[in-house]
Amino acid sequence: MSSKELILGRIRQALGSSTASPGVPRDYRRGAAPVDLDLLVERLADYKAVVHRVPDVPDTIRTIIGAGRLVVPPGLPADWLPPEVPVTRDDQLSAAEISAADGVVTAAAVAVVETGTIVLDASPDQGRRILSLLPDLHICVLRPEQVVASVPEAVARLTPGRPLTWISGPSATSDIELNRVEGVHGPRNLHIVLWESA
Amino acid sequence: MTFLGMPAHAPRGVGHLRGDESFPAAARTALANPQLRRNLQHATTTIRGKSGRVIAELPDWEELRSAGSALKAYTMANLPRLLEQLEEKVTAAGGVVHWAADANEANRIVTDLIKETGEQRVIKIKSMATQEIALNEALEAAGITPVETDLAELIVQLGHDKPSHILVPAIHRNRSEIREIFLREMPGVDPALTDDPPELAGAARRYLRETFLSTRVAVSGANFGIADTGTLAVVESEGNGRMCLTLPDTLITVMGIEKVVPSWQDLEVFLQLLPRASTGERMNPYTSMWTGVTPGDGPQNFHLVLLDNGRTAVLADEVGRQALHCIRCSACLNVCPVYERTGGHAYGSVYPGPIGAILSPQLTGIEDNASLPYASSLCGACFDACPVKIDIPSILVHLRNQAPHPRTEKAAMAAAAYTMDRPKLYERAQRAAKLSKLLGKRGRGLPPPLNGWAASRDLPAPPPESFRDWWRGR
Repeated sequence: MSSKELILGRIRQALGSSTASPGVPRDYRRGAAPVDLDLLVERLADYKAVVHRVPDVPDTIRTIIGAGRLVVPPGLPADWLPPEVPVTRDDQLSAAEISAADGVVTAAAVAVVETGTIVLDASPDQGRRILSLLPDLHICVLRPEQVVASVPEAVARLTPGRPLTWISGPSATSDIELNRVEGVHGPRNLHIVLWESA
Repeated sequence: MTFLGMPAHAPRGVGHLRGDESFPAAARTALANPQLRRNLQHATTTIRGKSGRVIAELPDWEELRSAGSALKAYTMANLPRLLEQLEEKVTAAGGVVHWAADANEANRIVTDLIKETGEQRVIKIKSMATQEIALNEALEAAGITPVETDLAELIVQLGHDKPSHILVPAIHRNRSEIREIFLREMPGVDPALTDDPPELAGAARRYLRETFLSTRVAVSGANFGIADTGTLAVVESEGNGRMCLTLPDTLITVMGIEKVVPSWQDLEVFLQLLPRASTGERMNPYTSMWTGVTPGDGPQNFHLVLLDNGRTAVLADEVGRQALHCIRCSACLNVCPVYERTGGHAYGSVYPGPIGAILSPQLTGIEDNASLPYASSLCGACFDACPVKIDIPSILVHLRNQAPHPRTEKAAMAAAAYTMDRPKLYERAQRAAKLSKLLGKRGRGLPPPLNGWAASRDLPAPPPESFRDWWRGR
């Protein structure tokens, strides 16, 4: 007998005749709710993300990165980037090459107001997961139409088969006396550029 | 009588589900440590406040709890189908699924998989399942070095210590103790390190960076395994999880069979319940989700090990099976007056606190953890705090009935029943009770073995007059 058969047999034995399958009440908030961008900014800032609400992306990125070097995913729109900043596009870069960059710019798939969360889904404008992980600065460009009010709406918008990374603030830990402290292994600086076209 | 296919307890001789001593003995040691009690009180008070504030922000918290509870009950009732569906979906997405009946088999599977890669070091994400089966010890015995990358696990590993909390295994350590451990045990640490928490976090970042970049195999647990998509999810804070799930060539995930979640949509419930109940955050900093293997992104070899190790024995108990609903948030630890005073080590198992008191005895069989169902005042705070509404107090009482009882207690109860059935005898007994003054205040003067009973209980002082005497003399 394989271990699979053994375990499944044990489960059936354990359940015995109690095969009633209870229903699941979903009385919590699920429908689309109005998006409050002010609240999103507040929630992002509460977990130490720096938020820029701007009509212009390249200028903002220039201000954030200064003289630093950027890596970007292959599908990031070129007109988001300030022309004078040195940029390396990810074409199977090594971990060392990605680590050596001062920052990474990505788009996002979805953002959640209530929790102050952005979600990346590895689309061409967001790139491989390693890209937004190793540099110490992550700049994420977000458009208002990508923002939803609640977690259920975000789950409904995402595609499950893709590699997904939910990000709420920069890397942090609660392991020292159960207080949140920013700055462990992930990017220690998270900037959200909320791009509100004029 | 047992035969193949009967639900089985977690085997003895492997894993961390059984302590060296009973809860009362271990608790006595812990209670004598004032620093430990201060650390625990500080940490649990902090987390209770944080968690309460973010839970109060949600108008539908109770509805989410009800949905979470029902989803877990549904999962248990449909477990065989959901596990087979998960296996099918993971396999279709390029992963390999293994089934482990117990800790020994799981340790063997993981060790063999690592040996096949030829690597001698693995990076690990904090995982209760691998703690439970003592995977680190098994790997070390096979010449493989496991490196814990979660900050609290690292503190425990460097301090040659044991975890004492589900979420924050080093909760019993304060910042200055952590600094001392780092200075003593962390190679290459800056001797000028202070006990400022951001500095301590920074030291861990520097220490592990090179290890993350150069290790080819990672081992993780899983918070959720979604049956209808084959997606695995890990919820974390520091980014060590993302490193382990992204950088290596091979990823091995060990998941208890009860962690399966029916559908993708159900994440909308658990992703709201878990962070608020656990770290008291609206959302934890990072949650990673992956489905099998993604070409060109992350590990190209993915193995999922589904672990029983006593879970089917828990499932066989119609009252106790609710313990399998646990999503490992640790809210019940943080509100428990007993845990706050004794800390996690006293429970002997990797699962401490109220959930541990009902889970560990059921995984091992009650005889191996007979004192744990008594490690509670039955105040019910754990039930109120549980995001999936596990009725921990009722299961504690249920398990107390199964635990072996001393013969003296049985004899005393039989004598009491006989007496109470006979009014004349009962009246005489009431008068005799006044003689209990001889037994000292609150029963402290009882002779052995009854003094053991009085060590943690007060014998009520008999009233000056019984009801019957008062009625007669009215």
